[in-house]
Amino acid sequence: MSATTKDTAAPVIELRGISKRFGKSLDFAAKLAQGAKRALGGTVPNTVVRAVDNVDLTVRRGEVVGLVGESGCGKSTLGRMVAGIMPPSDGTVLFEGQDIRTFDSEQTRQAKLKVQMIFQDPYASLNPRMRVDEIVGEAPRVHRLVGPEGYDAYVDAQFRRAGLDPAYKRRYPHQFSGGQRQRIGIARALAVQPEFLVCDEAVAALDVSIQAQILNLFMDLREQLDLTYLFISHDLGVVEHLSDRVAIMYLGRIVEEASAEEIFSRANHPYTQALLAEVPRIDTRKRTFTAIKGEIPSPINPPPGCHFHPRCPHAMPICREQAPALATVAPGHRSACHLNTVG
Amino acid sequence: MSATSHDAAPMPPTPEAAPMPPKQETPFRRFVSEYSESPVAVASFMLVVLIFSIALLAPFISPQNPYDLAQLDIMDGRQPPGSKSLEGLTFWLGTDDQGRDMLSGIMYGLRISLGVGAGSAVIACFVGTALGLIAAFAGGKTDTGIMRLVDLQLSFPAILVALMILAFLGKGVMNVMLALVIVEWARFARTARSAALVEARREYMEAAQCLALPKWRLVFRHMLPNCMPPIIVIFTILVARSITLEATLSFLGLGVPITEPSLGLLIANGYQYMLSGKYWISFYPGIALLVTIMAINLVGDQMRDVLNPRLKR
Amino acid sequence: MSDTTLEVQGLSTHFLTRAGVVRAVEDISFSVGRGRVLGLVGESGSGKSVTGFSVIGLVDPPGQIARGKILFQGRDLTKLDERELQDLRGNRIAMIFQDPMMTLNPVLRIDTQMIETVLAHDNVSREEARQRSRDALGMVGIPSPDERLVSYPHQFSGGMRQRVAIAIALLHRPDLIIADEPTTALDVTIQAQILAEVQKLAREVGTALIWITHDLSVIAGLADDIAVMYAGRIVESGSVAEVLDRPMHPYTHGLIGSVPSRNARGTRLRQIPGMTPSMLNLGPGCAFRARCARADAACAADPPQSAPSAGRTLRCFHPQLEMTA
Repeated sequence: MSATTKDTAAPVIELRGISKRFGKSLDFAAKLAQGAKRALGGTVPNTVVRAVDNVDLTVRRGEVVGLVGESGCGKSTLGRMVAGIMPPSDGTVLFEGQDIRTFDSEQTRQAKLKVQMIFQDPYASLNPRMRVDEIVGEAPRVHRLVGPEGYDAYVDAQFRRAGLDPAYKRRYPHQFSGGQRQRIGIARALAVQPEFLVCDEAVAALDVSIQAQILNLFMDLREQLDLTYLFISHDLGVVEHLSDRVAIMYLGRIVEEASAEEIFSRANHPYTQALLAEVPRIDTRKRTFTAIKGEIPSPINPPPGCHFHPRCPHAMPICREQAPALATVAPGHRSACHLNTVG
Repeated sequence: MSATSHDAAPMPPTPEAAPMPPKQETPFRRFVSEYSESPVAVASFMLVVLIFSIALLAPFISPQNPYDLAQLDIMDGRQPPGSKSLEGLTFWLGTDDQGRDMLSGIMYGLRISLGVGAGSAVIACFVGTALGLIAAFAGGKTDTGIMRLVDLQLSFPAILVALMILAFLGKGVMNVMLALVIVEWARFARTARSAALVEARREYMEAAQCLALPKWRLVFRHMLPNCMPPIIVIFTILVARSITLEATLSFLGLGVPITEPSLGLLIANGYQYMLSGKYWISFYPGIALLVTIMAINLVGDQMRDVLNPRLKR
Repeated sequence: MSDTTLEVQGLSTHFLTRAGVVRAVEDISFSVGRGRVLGLVGESGSGKSVTGFSVIGLVDPPGQIARGKILFQGRDLTKLDERELQDLRGNRIAMIFQDPMMTLNPVLRIDTQMIETVLAHDNVSREEARQRSRDALGMVGIPSPDERLVSYPHQFSGGMRQRVAIAIALLHRPDLIIADEPTTALDVTIQAQILAEVQKLAREVGTALIWITHDLSVIAGLADDIAVMYAGRIVESGSVAEVLDRPMHPYTHGLIGSVPSRNARGTRLRQIPGMTPSMLNLGPGCAFRARCARADAACAADPPQSAPSAGRTLRCFHPQLEMTA
């Protein structure tokens, strides 16, 4: 697919102003205690976590969008909202142009099946008490994508497509290795004929040589089945290799978004620049590691203004007060940094 | 970089590179092999099976039916172990004051003890697990309501609650079972709820949600089988506890009626003779009870170790 | 000889399980010089962690060191008894684990743990031990060390905990540190910080460092020498520049080739087919032959260790000298 076709392709998933907050809902006794503490002049700690904060993201048909960030940035939460297994606290999710809140139960079911997720932990993402043929074949059978006569052949085909030998389909997950289990998870996702795959750190737990196999499988499937991907990862090398466009997240916000080529050659945001500088590369020998100072802040108490300002080598007074908005700095390239608007 | 066909997809693991175990290894088979690592556990399990078999087959294998008055002769009463009856039947463990053979009495007593104990544990398991799962899934006020009931139940000593219920209802096997179920369901409910809350967050549950499977499938087909390990462990503990509780109630005279004596009642019957040297009337039923409880507990111990996810080898 | 801190000769560590013998480490030899960094690279099941545990003497039954010598500053560690090993552990040889909670006790304060470590090997006053702990925290770049000393491990983030674990490893200025995947679970920016600290320390204090990892890119930037392990054996070793620029073993070629940055964007990554073999009852012959395009009948025998050039070792009958395109 040429680049122009992708740019003008219709969006499959569109996120507008998506936020997700986690907080403990207090029961009556706890609320009473909090009120009493406040009345006595004490401070009540903030327990609401803004895992995702006002994110806009569009994924067009056929493209691979890489979502990069470190722990606590909210990328996994965002992935789950895209896959439909976690409802957003605020904002709108549009599937093929329609707000999913307007869907009836049948449309919701169809939309859910079209967007599937591959999980990070190959050990936890398969039900240990189900045989693997059941794991792969249950959903297509329940949703009547295949009848009882064609069932066996269908399950076999899914196994083969994921690179597994169907002879082993009557085994249990614990009898397979990590890479094979990940393939089973992929077969399970493909069995319901999705159009969109959310890969949440799908290769992070695998050995390097197996990782290469699974990444190649993703690329094969993309071509064979015309799939769209949201590829969530902390590994910049993998993201660079696979993605058409990349979005960088920090503490719940998208700080930069551009084509893969742009981001890796002309990164704009200081965080992106730091990430790129600090990633170990196999081609550089005996380098001196220079690190940006400071810890990744906790999402419970994010720094005010721009979340990155305590660690940013170019921080200015305005960065402490006002959160920068995502602004276009080049065609197809957006970045949220006051450095772009000042001077 | 042409589109690769299905056959040229990344190679499946070759047999030499990834030898698969030849045998089908279900989780059950793995459980059995891990359980069998301890000889004590295997021996205890055999013992439990033996005891249950004796209880089941009592009418066929006992030397005498102790509740058939026609077979009894009061002249045989209070005979020491090893003595013979007037018809030549050997009383291996002696007789009680009515002339009943202790060995037969114990076999029949086991039937009642195990029936009431295990039976009430099974019923409590069903009731408690169902309520625990409902609480975990419904959340909110249902959850709070059920859990406060559980807390209430567990804050009273079990024996006290059972005594109160039986004082109200009167003696009888059914009443005893009802009392035991009421006392035991709470522990199942709490265990099931905790297990359900943990499993609900696991990634395979998220995957099942992603596949838009109906809710009942999620609970019964995906979640429940994975909640079973702690429930099974609690079950073995509570069977033992149930049997002990029933024995205590019967010993105090508030349990099963005299026409269907359990081990506890047998112990009570012989209690008055302890100091006059006719120890066997209480002693041997006591031993039987002790061995039964111990065997069940040992089985439960090993099960707990095997099913404990933290001790995963 | 005074410049070689550690020399391992023909080490084999076997695990005798009910199901059979697992030769986790088989006949490996390497050395680390003073102030040098050796990268021990391999995937899961390669035996790299077991090597680290063997050197420091922490292999528990059913595992045992079957053969070989571990010469630490000339002394053979395999011949020492437990008490002598305890004298060395934490004192002259230290280990850092992937999970810092393997070093830190969650119920004790940091100062308690660090002072305890100091007093275990040095007969000094508590006050001096405290001062040394403070200095060690400063050495690993932890700000406000006085506050941190009176904290508990759960009050630290993952990266901080790892730095505290490194500080504890440094308390006695050991001659050798074995680091087993210490940054694998950490974020890129935190990993960079820790690598920076460790580099600085190796330079300043002259500690020899064995860095165990599966990440070739980290080794490329950090290490002087590299040893690649597969199925319990060292299949290739040499200086980092040599091995990464001119690899010889097909497995090393495969590892380097599968790194995404070595492949043109959007193309299929060069992959090694198949999977690591089961270590249980592994038969004779090259363990990699099932996955190797160059294997033939000769590979059914164990390849001996050869020295293709100065400072390099190789276990292969058919080394691959040209880079795959």
